[in-house]
Amino acid sequence: MKISLSWLREFVDLPESMEDLRTILDDLGLVVEGIERVGEGLEDVVVARIDEVRTIEGADRVRLVIVDAGHGPVEIVCGATNFELGNYVPFAPVGAVLPGGFVIATRQMRGVTSNGMLCSARELGLSDDHLGLMVLDELTTPRAGQSLLEALALEPDVVFDISVEGNRPDAWSVEGVARDLATRLGRPLRAPSLATPEADVMTDSFAHAGIDDPELCGRLTVSVLRGVKVGPSPSWVVQRLQSAGMRPISNVVDASNLVMLELGQPTHPYDAARVAGHTLRARRARPGETLETLDGVRRELAKAGRGLGDTGEDCVIVDGDDHVLGLAGIMGGASSEISASTSDVLLEAAFFDPMAIARSSKRHGLRSEASNRFERGVDPNLALRAVARFVKILRESVPDLQWLANPLDVWGTVPTPPTIELRVGDIERGLGVELSSAEVTTSLEGLGFRVEPRGSSLFVTAPSSRLDVRSGTAGRADVIEEVARLYSYRRLPRRTPIWAAPGGLTDRQRLRRQIRDVAVDLGVFEAWTPTLGSDADFDLLYAGQLRVRITNPLASEESVMRATMLTGLVRAWGKNVERGTGDVLLGEMGAVFAHPDTTDEPRVTRGGVGGAVTLRLPRENERLTIVLGRLDDDATTAVALWSALADRLGLADVVVRTSGQAPPGFHPTRTALLVDRASGFTLGFVGEVDGELVSALVPLVTSRRLGVVDVDLDALADPSLATRRSALANVPSRYPSAVIDLAFVTPSTVHSADLAQALRDASTLVEEVALFDVYRGATLPDASRSLAFNVRFSSTERTLSEEEINGARAALITTASSLGAVLR
Amino acid sequence: MTSSPLANLATQKAGLLAAIAALATLDDLREAEPAITGKRSILSTLQKSLGSLEPDARREAGAQLQEARREVEAALELRRTVLAAAARAVLLESDRLDLGDVVVGAVRWPASAGHPGLVASTQRALEDVFVGMGFTVAEGPEVESDWYNFEALNIPPAHPARGMWDTFYVDLGEPETVVLRTHTSPTQIHLMEVAVAADSLPIHSVMPGRCYRRDTPDARHLAAFHQIEGLVVDRGITFADLAGVIETFTRAYFGPDIESRLRPAFFPFTEPSAEFEVTCTICRGEGCRTCSQTGWIELGGCGMLDPAVLEAVGIDGEVWSGFAFGFGVDRCAQMRHQIADMRALIENDTRFLRQFS
Repeated sequence: MKISLSWLREFVDLPESMEDLRTILDDLGLVVEGIERVGEGLEDVVVARIDEVRTIEGADRVRLVIVDAGHGPVEIVCGATNFELGNYVPFAPVGAVLPGGFVIATRQMRGVTSNGMLCSARELGLSDDHLGLMVLDELTTPRAGQSLLEALALEPDVVFDISVEGNRPDAWSVEGVARDLATRLGRPLRAPSLATPEADVMTDSFAHAGIDDPELCGRLTVSVLRGVKVGPSPSWVVQRLQSAGMRPISNVVDASNLVMLELGQPTHPYDAARVAGHTLRARRARPGETLETLDGVRRELAKAGRGLGDTGEDCVIVDGDDHVLGLAGIMGGASSEISASTSDVLLEAAFFDPMAIARSSKRHGLRSEASNRFERGVDPNLALRAVARFVKILRESVPDLQWLANPLDVWGTVPTPPTIELRVGDIERGLGVELSSAEVTTSLEGLGFRVEPRGSSLFVTAPSSRLDVRSGTAGRADVIEEVARLYSYRRLPRRTPIWAAPGGLTDRQRLRRQIRDVAVDLGVFEAWTPTLGSDADFDLLYAGQLRVRITNPLASEESVMRATMLTGLVRAWGKNVERGTGDVLLGEMGAVFAHPDTTDEPRVTRGGVGGAVTLRLPRENERLTIVLGRLDDDATTAVALWSALADRLGLADVVVRTSGQAPPGFHPTRTALLVDRASGFTLGFVGEVDGELVSALVPLVTSRRLGVVDVDLDALADPSLATRRSALANVPSRYPSAVIDLAFVTPSTVHSADLAQALRDASTLVEEVALFDVYRGATLPDASRSLAFNVRFSSTERTLSEEEINGARAALITTASSLGAVLR
Repeated sequence: MTSSPLANLATQKAGLLAAIAALATLDDLREAEPAITGKRSILSTLQKSLGSLEPDARREAGAQLQEARREVEAALELRRTVLAAAARAVLLESDRLDLGDVVVGAVRWPASAGHPGLVASTQRALEDVFVGMGFTVAEGPEVESDWYNFEALNIPPAHPARGMWDTFYVDLGEPETVVLRTHTSPTQIHLMEVAVAADSLPIHSVMPGRCYRRDTPDARHLAAFHQIEGLVVDRGITFADLAGVIETFTRAYFGPDIESRLRPAFFPFTEPSAEFEVTCTICRGEGCRTCSQTGWIELGGCGMLDPAVLEAVGIDGEVWSGFAFGFGVDRCAQMRHQIADMRALIENDTRFLRQFS
């Protein structure tokens, strides 16, 4: 909300500097998001009349303009063309300094001397208009040589752009902001001057009002203004509106807007001649009714929207024929709009239920200055005061305006301001500091709260302008916030609490850190790829399958939640290849999502209004996926990476087990499962990325192998699924080990890890069995290969004898042959 | 009257279909394609011959020919798919590798370190500060019900305050009942529910995680981003404790010359609420373009737990009180490393990533 300093100063004395005021406003929670200086640095600018325009030889972009700025002809080179002879424009003579410190000097262009500058509105900091010179004729009755500030009746001013928080319905107005300042600074708040109605003619002799649905419309006042002459507003009104960023329209509309900005009460003027029966009634819209709003859009009313808790309820204003005139509190209709010929005005000033306005406004996608205020809660007691202010303003341009006596004032249901008990110690329990009753009372009363000491407590009643203040315990917190705000958060004490419970990470969090460290140590660059992807990407791997879809994506390429990180990583790798930096390992830890109907483990949780519904949400599976993209990478290096990772994570025994089932995106014949031998659970996959996926995502690359490791972190974090090595230390024997090599011709169907394990179990003397060579060749039988193991024997009690070693060796060979593996 | 140019169409078509069925490899198919459906194919020759017919006859014959062409083309595409699958199967079979036989010790592994993600390492540094202050770390899901993301946090359906968050909705359940969490605050609710059920109050936790807002990405915002949330529920906790925790954290993370300050704000789930600002890390408080000459940078929001939130999770506000705070992890990274454009964080450009360790 834009508020000028001069406007605030009408309500409260503010000798402070702009910077000091900014600090105070920020500290009050009225955060200043921007400051504009209007009219500053324009002291040197004067009004000039265009007397002659000449072309300059050899120049087609600029012309020589001769103006009179009160002291005879001046020649200026000018590029703008939006003016005619006789127009008045702003002129900055040589030596003038424009806003932003731009100094005007004599310039030579195309052999012609330019003695100053004719200015656009933007160059003067008066608006964003930069399309041409600021032509002054329409705005004023200018005189050559007159100071521009005088011609525009401008005083240098400062405009604060204040962000008003959702719990400050009262601060959506100049008066509300001024009230905060006055209270903080301990100064009186001045009230604006108001008009009074005529005594002789009664409003109900001319107009009628009613409320059919009192819970939607809490108060409807209708005033009658006769003898209206629609025309321009006085210049001070125009300036006030412009300083707030609003466009002047006509004296009637401007007065309505000015009152809204100043006091926070939206009002709506109707052309009485166009309102059947001079009657305004508020009621619930009926299904099938439509309305063309002022923005030219035809709207269907009382139609339930998609939103949760939206019943389709709309509050409308209807005329004596029960025709809908406007969407109450949001926007009027075109049919009863004020026009140049309007002479009698029905002025509506009302209170509408904030939630009803919020729902309607959201459903119709229609926000207005009025709806912004009504949905936060306009003071139900403000209506007639705002009308009196409206009349006061309109009378300046319509001195004969007649405001009929006893405006119609119909009441529905309005919220009762709560009374909150502030007990001794409540402030200290909330803020950590005890403030005196006097100090608390002064602050709250300044803000319009009523404070009544009773016993040792203060009973605080909120003003009707503070509909945000709740009752009971919540209300106590609201009141304490007000006290703290006025006292200043910066003055409140600070204390760093300590508690007996230690901080720390969970096992899973430590595991995650360890994985990251190990992966990085092994050369992995950690990536962050998108959670939201396209249908096309999803279909590359899971064509036709159910997916978790976003209802309102920013773009269709970001409408599906990822079911794998593989796609994102391969694409990220591809981007790096394009940059010539693709010789890299890229990894990510993150969640992938499965539609609740496609998983055995959907997340079941509370949802719906009041959390009363049981919802099945997507399964979120945290995974680690690493794509190995260096030149020599393939499934082999992926296995090596996994092996190092598993070793560092302390996994007892995870077997790399080839299987017919490769998950989507994995190379069907170069992928293996990572199976925990003890639990039998598949912890993940290792292998290569399917070449078809690579070429679909990275067309640039042909026949490059990408290794991949993909691990289920949910399983890895569960010790019953991912078996850890025993915590008990195994101290190696002090006696020397005997090392032998054994090579077995092994059927392809026997996994090397199974054979190695069998060898380990074959003798108590085995210390370690490690595969060191695999040989395939024509000399071997079909469907077999030679697996060569390095076997260490040892005993903790003695150096092994030759016989013992031979015996163990024989046991191993026997065991191997029972699996079909024959010593080579 | 001459005989129709399509008199032999059925035979010709059968011939083409037979030829297609006989194609044995993809190379054969590519070679034969022009003769089957191309410009010099029998179908195209027949097409040209229709020109001599009367308009009505031509239309009828054209439709007939078109139908035949569709059939032939469909057969060809089917054959292409079958042959491609067969070719792929052959290729895959020749590519087969038993990964169980990989001799890990024989794999050459060049020694070169990788780099952690900037967001992840920032999150870790933040967690470490809070762990040092006595906080545990908790996490929650990214897809939430509207109850956890909004209503339990005192933001009822259709409440204007929901406009503070540009929400992505998920196509599940009734409209607008499932969301991508817009903040980490729903994790607070989960934590408090669990603590109440297990009778294990107090809570001192921070909750980092990924959140989503329907915001077009720009230099300062990403549609997906990371927050860290703090929650304390204990006996005798006041606003002074909140301000103290913020201040201790600020100095510990940003450095001893960086201070914090609070100013009033509004969040439906806290009351009193505050925004917290820290000394501008660029100008160290002198005033610069980044901080709009104020010397302060807005970092996050905080406040005392709103009684309505405590009530929603069944905590007695007369016995327990607490505070919550939250701020952007990515934003901390941006501030510390002076990253002009946040979008660098999602580019995954290794030239960017390799700077961080």
